Amino acid sequence: MALKTEHMVLNMGPQHPSTHGVLRLELEIEGELVKKVTPHLGYLHRCFEKHAEAMQYNQVVPYTDRLDYLAAIGNNFGYALAVEKLLGIEVPERVEYIRVIMAELQRIASHLVAIGSNGADIGALTPFLYLFRDREHILSIIEETCGARMLYNYIWIGGLSHDIHPDFVRKTKEFCNYFKPTIVELDNLLSYNKIFIERTANIGVLPVDTAINFGSSGPTLRGSGIKFDLRRDDPYSIYDRFDFEIPVGKGLMGIVGDCWDRYYVRIREMEQSLRIIEQAIDHIPEGDVQSAIPKRIKPPKGTVYKRVENPRGELGYFIISDGTVNPFRVKVRAPSFVNLEVLGELCKGYLVADVIAILGSIDIVLGEVDR
Amino acid sequence: MYQYFYDLTGNTILATLIVAVFPLVNVLIVALIGVYLERKVSAWIQDRVGPNRTGPFGLFQTVADFVKMLQKEDATAKDIDSKLYNIAPVLVFTGSFAAYAAIPFSSKLIGSEAEVGLFYVIAISSLVVGGILMAGWSSNNKYSLLGAMRSAAQIISYEIPTAIIVLSIVMLTGTLSLDKISNMQTAYFWNWNIFGGAEFGIAKFLLIPFMVVGFIIIFISTLAEVNRTPFDIPEAESELVAGYFTVYCGMKWAMFMLSEYGNMFAVSAIVSILFFGGYHSPIGYLGNSLGIEWLIPFEQAFWFLAKGWLFILIQMWLRWTLPRLRVDQLMSLCWKYLIPYAFVNLIIIGVISLL
Repeated sequence: MALKTEHMVLNMGPQHPSTHGVLRLELEIEGELVKKVTPHLGYLHRCFEKHAEAMQYNQVVPYTDRLDYLAAIGNNFGYALAVEKLLGIEVPERVEYIRVIMAELQRIASHLVAIGSNGADIGALTPFLYLFRDREHILSIIEETCGARMLYNYIWIGGLSHDIHPDFVRKTKEFCNYFKPTIVELDNLLSYNKIFIERTANIGVLPVDTAINFGSSGPTLRGSGIKFDLRRDDPYSIYDRFDFEIPVGKGLMGIVGDCWDRYYVRIREMEQSLRIIEQAIDHIPEGDVQSAIPKRIKPPKGTVYKRVENPRGELGYFIISDGTVNPFRVKVRAPSFVNLEVLGELCKGYLVADVIAILGSIDIVLGEVDR
Repeated sequence: MYQYFYDLTGNTILATLIVAVFPLVNVLIVALIGVYLERKVSAWIQDRVGPNRTGPFGLFQTVADFVKMLQKEDATAKDIDSKLYNIAPVLVFTGSFAAYAAIPFSSKLIGSEAEVGLFYVIAISSLVVGGILMAGWSSNNKYSLLGAMRSAAQIISYEIPTAIIVLSIVMLTGTLSLDKISNMQTAYFWNWNIFGGAEFGIAKFLLIPFMVVGFIIIFISTLAEVNRTPFDIPEAESELVAGYFTVYCGMKWAMFMLSEYGNMFAVSAIVSILFFGGYHSPIGYLGNSLGIEWLIPFEQAFWFLAKGWLFILIQMWLRWTLPRLRVDQLMSLCWKYLIPYAFVNLIIIGVISLL
């Protein structure tokens, strides 16, 4: 009689060191080989979208902070742009410049966490702390201006909560000069580390067509070699004024679209963010950052969809207005949520240890996945 | 050492007890210093301060932790196999603790001058595998089980290259006694095995490259045997939470930790005995030049500890620099590279030693 064997079901999460929050993965494994991955969501559901319906438009802004809490300024940015489009407001130049600089600083901060935790999942704890040290510089720059370190509530509809601190320009320039060598250091320490390459190259390959079919965006999509970035392809704010490149995965260490490519795209994106900041920092015009903030926000009936390039991908806000002070519906197209869908496809046939590496390379934030 | 205490006390039981307590004290001290050093070294590497509150430079941090561990409730998970669950940490600890019995700290400070010391150390360290498997199975936890399976596979595989390299040294020295192997590399550092041993001649210079290769192989495989990064796959914290001791807590967990640090020193000691002259000074003894006989054992103990801790520091340095390999890569490293190279090395060393 043949021996009957079953697959083992391993529950990874919601309490687990590397599911990046409270994601629960149900792994069907045969020995160490992963046969099936089922993500279970909802452990961090906070009813953001329903909540927004009971709020006035400007009161929603602090709640958007808590979507992708590693890139709160990006969330504010998208929401503010959507409502401004609904209202038909033009914001002052100064506000536009500050918004872009802040968003790019935030992008670097967010990528630092993504890269660091991707490395830490693979066992490299030291780069993680180095990157947090660098992130600290960005946080203090933003803290000086708006008082918060994580959930900023900084970009308001039609303006900003605070004007920039007098030291802001100097410190940001200092940061740019400080940060460039540390990217090289990071490359030497982690990116080109033989063991790290062994662990990430050729692992979790996301083919181009799969990436498009699943609606992936951000570094997950660009890692597969598609040059798609909303800052260039659907320019919002003043991104069309700046000169920057869109790094894509080229399969330098393995197949195009593997974990290493997604990781590497983030590093190169940080460099491009620095480029944008350096172009913008010297040209911030004078002005009042709160002059365009409407006293009472009561948009006309209608719908609006506005998307921005957040560190994790395309963040879209779909807002329905019924002509009152409260939005009728706020729907968020969360990049982490959409990118997470592809996890089941990516992990099939790899080992348990690879699931962690792949999850880290997709870089999800559960606050945004569950909302 | 037994004879010395027997002469001192005139009582066999008392002498045996003292000799038996000696490795226990050693392993405890090593673990206390090891944990403290791990924290400090990781802090230095990671641009942090590290423990600095409890005692001067945070020196008593591990002592405080140890006291905390003792006080902790011994919470156990549901549906565990309690017999195996309770034996496992003891067995793991015994494995690393018993190895200390045969390690010569200096010419006078040896638990047991067994003729087969090397063989004994390798054999007794394997007890750890049994304990780990027991812990993994009895915990009734899938992470523990996965960790234990990985660990058993890893430790057993990496014992092979270790044993082959040990064999090549034994072939040169013709003895399994750790004390005698140390004594063969006496006087100056060019007599160390890594520099071809004490006998001067053409064979010595021919041996050097192969000895270096042998050292590298044994260092890598001992790293894997004690589950240190980049081979800390059994306890891979980001994948398996904590591996085979996931559900352990309090003192039982502390015993696993103690044995990990105990093992780290034990393997460092073995490597330094095999290749770096054991307790012998690299530059001659102060006691000899001053004519103070009793100073020599203390100097020897100092050199032995210095060499052991140097290797531990290298292990820590590696741990805080490198990521972790995957389980299949670990196995292929062992079976496809280390074991064949170790075999070739063994044969070449054998041929050279016949010259």
